[in-house]
Amino acid sequence: MRDFPAWKKILVALVAVLAIFFSAPNLFYGQVERANDARIAGEETTEWPAWAPSSLVNLGLDLRGGAHLLVEVQLSDVYADRMESVFVESLTLLREVRDEVGTVRQIDGAVGELDLRIGNPAGIETAVAQLRTLAQPVQTLTGVGATDIEVTASGADTINVRLSDPEKTTINNRIMAQSVEIVRRRIDESGTREPTIQRQGADRILIQVPGVGSAQEVLDLLGTTAKLSFHEVINVTSNEATRPGSGNVLYPSVDEPGTFYVLARRAIVTGEQLVDAQAAFDQNNRPAVNFRFNAQGARAFGDFTAANIGQPFAIVLDEEVLSAPVIQSHIPGGSGIITGQFTTEETTALSVNLRAGALPAELVVLEQRSIGPELGADSIEAGKIATMVAFAGVLVFMALSYGLFGIFANVALILNIAMIFAILSVLGATLTLPGIAGIVLTVGMAVDANVLIFERIKEELKSAKGPSRAITQGYDKAFSAILDANITTFLAAVILFAIGSGPVRGFAVTLGVGIMTSVFAALYITRVLIVLWFDARRPKTIEV
Amino acid sequence: MRLRLVRQSTSFDFLKLGVPALGASALAVIGSIVLFFVVGLNFGIDFRGGSMIMTETPEYVATSEYREVLGTLDIGDVTVSEISDPAAELTGAAVNSVMIRVEQVSDEAGEQMAVLQDVQGALQTAFPGLIVLATESVGAKVSGELVQAGILAVVLAVAAVLFYIWLRFEWQFSVAAVAALVHDVALTIGVFSLIGLEFNLAIIAAILTIVGYSLNDTVVVFDRVRENLRRFKKKPLKDVLNLSINETLSRTVMTSVTTLLALISLYVLGGEVIRGFTFAMIWGVIVGTYSSVFIASPILLMLDVKRDWSKTGSDGKAGTQFANIDA
Repeated sequence: MRDFPAWKKILVALVAVLAIFFSAPNLFYGQVERANDARIAGEETTEWPAWAPSSLVNLGLDLRGGAHLLVEVQLSDVYADRMESVFVESLTLLREVRDEVGTVRQIDGAVGELDLRIGNPAGIETAVAQLRTLAQPVQTLTGVGATDIEVTASGADTINVRLSDPEKTTINNRIMAQSVEIVRRRIDESGTREPTIQRQGADRILIQVPGVGSAQEVLDLLGTTAKLSFHEVINVTSNEATRPGSGNVLYPSVDEPGTFYVLARRAIVTGEQLVDAQAAFDQNNRPAVNFRFNAQGARAFGDFTAANIGQPFAIVLDEEVLSAPVIQSHIPGGSGIITGQFTTEETTALSVNLRAGALPAELVVLEQRSIGPELGADSIEAGKIATMVAFAGVLVFMALSYGLFGIFANVALILNIAMIFAILSVLGATLTLPGIAGIVLTVGMAVDANVLIFERIKEELKSAKGPSRAITQGYDKAFSAILDANITTFLAAVILFAIGSGPVRGFAVTLGVGIMTSVFAALYITRVLIVLWFDARRPKTIEV
Repeated sequence: MRLRLVRQSTSFDFLKLGVPALGASALAVIGSIVLFFVVGLNFGIDFRGGSMIMTETPEYVATSEYREVLGTLDIGDVTVSEISDPAAELTGAAVNSVMIRVEQVSDEAGEQMAVLQDVQGALQTAFPGLIVLATESVGAKVSGELVQAGILAVVLAVAAVLFYIWLRFEWQFSVAAVAALVHDVALTIGVFSLIGLEFNLAIIAAILTIVGYSLNDTVVVFDRVRENLRRFKKKPLKDVLNLSINETLSRTVMTSVTTLLALISLYVLGGEVIRGFTFAMIWGVIVGTYSSVFIASPILLMLDVKRDWSKTGSDGKAGTQFANIDA
């Protein structure tokens, strides 16, 4: 057929080959997954050839089993803490001008704001001016002269102190980044594969952990906040049943199983007083961690080290003893170095641990979903069988209805599925159970475009045109219906993707991708097959 | 020997059935609205908040036994239902899975998780070997947002369709297509109210897909109407509509059958998690196919379409002021 140029044939063949090439890894899912894991770990593997594509479709939590948590970071707690310290500073400042402003009382106001009432209304301007000295300039993209807190006279004798919007944004971003980082680190520690930890909106974190039995397990992981403290060592023992005695606690060692430390319950200093921790090397060039306390912590630590030279102290993280170094000398500056049997990886991890410390604000669970591995496996199995039966049913039905043309459509349908998987793999999209439903639906609907064309060719044949002309006309005339029909379904898929979440989104992705590939398959793949067959056989009549 | 669902050429008078069909559908839509307000939807925890736990036991345990065990816990309203499995029913296998729903005890999902832990503990003591297949808790804040997002999604989808059809055809087509869509959505909500199947996020996805599918059907018929209006300038609109529906009938039936074939296999074999979803889809395909023939076309007839299609151009693509936007 002359109206179908050779370059189109080549293009279609190319797309078909690429589709098969990039969808193939999914047929060997376990093998490719193991090979990918090995390569990430830097190992050699022969399980899957290196030249072959190794992108796989991600399996969603509903197929693999796992936990999904949506948590809200209580940013208002952070504001409240901040205002608490502003309150203390305010009292000190206002005391200096007590003659003019009189007594100062805190009155109930909005959460995260500070409302003060002064005894002498005449001094309100002095009080406001005095409090404004607390404000520090902040960097913003737009505003010049913005400060971290705003002080206004809210009445004759009342003053309102609040965090400015740029300051809130700064706090939000810092707290959210810190929270996400700590959550990620805590979950990575548990060694699960490919957790998803994402900030969502202003104050939410989405946590998805495949392979975990329940969301409660994840929550337990997050619940044990990275609490660092330094303690006096009373005794070392290998007996787990040792009674630590009153005022003491018994903590196990992280590195040496079977070793337990009896420590004074009261910490010398805690992680809240730490300002910095960095991976470094000691004088013998062994990996170590440098740390620095704030003034308050430095004083307490200095006093303790001065009094206990030659004695060990314990560095405790989450009720486990990280190490118990011996104090070599008085450490006055509040900075020091933790040495031990560390590798550089370990010192990096430890310094991150120390820096990140505890979660900066409480997490409140908004939503949890967990899918046990049994159900996930059942779902995959059920999805596979259902897809295969659906697929076989449609193939048989098409062959029975349209004969040879039906077989052309079937070849296109198979390539269509390959294209869907190839695109999903390359995009790294997540396949969920509703996603499988989307594919099954596509299988049903992909046929639609072909049916439209074939029915049209039948009609054109009735008006006694030659077969060649009927085929061309069939494709041309069916085009507008195919386009309109698929664009409308595609619109629905786009809206689903934009608004939906989780599994629904997975459905939208497969539906959207499926619509595009099925239009391509119907318009080009079947056409190339028909053209090739027609040019080879030159039939006088055709039956569709 | 070919399989043929519809004869080569048909000449049914579909529009003769238009008025009774519209009447019956109007009644069905009103019935659905009444059902929605009187019986209401069985909202899943996505939209209502609360918790769900799905368990499986090695031996059959009656739901009454579950209720007995859970009655000893002070956790408010609990519903226990067996999970039906058509595939298992076919093979006669025992179904030992149940779904337990706990009413919202607190706005916070975290506290609901604590309740779930209690439930799990009590059940595992009472029925050794019990495994937890899945759990879910949704707090009031999120469920409220999900309701909003769900309604927004459906409204946006319908609005987008209204606009697209208007762009590609004429406003009369647009109104007719949307009337068919509203009919499909209303009947789907009606049937969910009637049989009390759980209405959750997945069902919203199903409704949106139904919107897409039903439209697909309607657009194919309308596309043919547009073409025939150009071809037969003098033919009465009713005859043009009948002709177009008959000409596309074979395709309408073929596509519905292949889609249903796929969906039914998913419904029977696809597992519990997506059963509600596939049920909605099957219903939607049937209703959607019906509505494009018996709702959209009669409404188009009533609205009466502009007939001088040739005015806008002679390139064969004439049809609307926007028709040259063809891709």
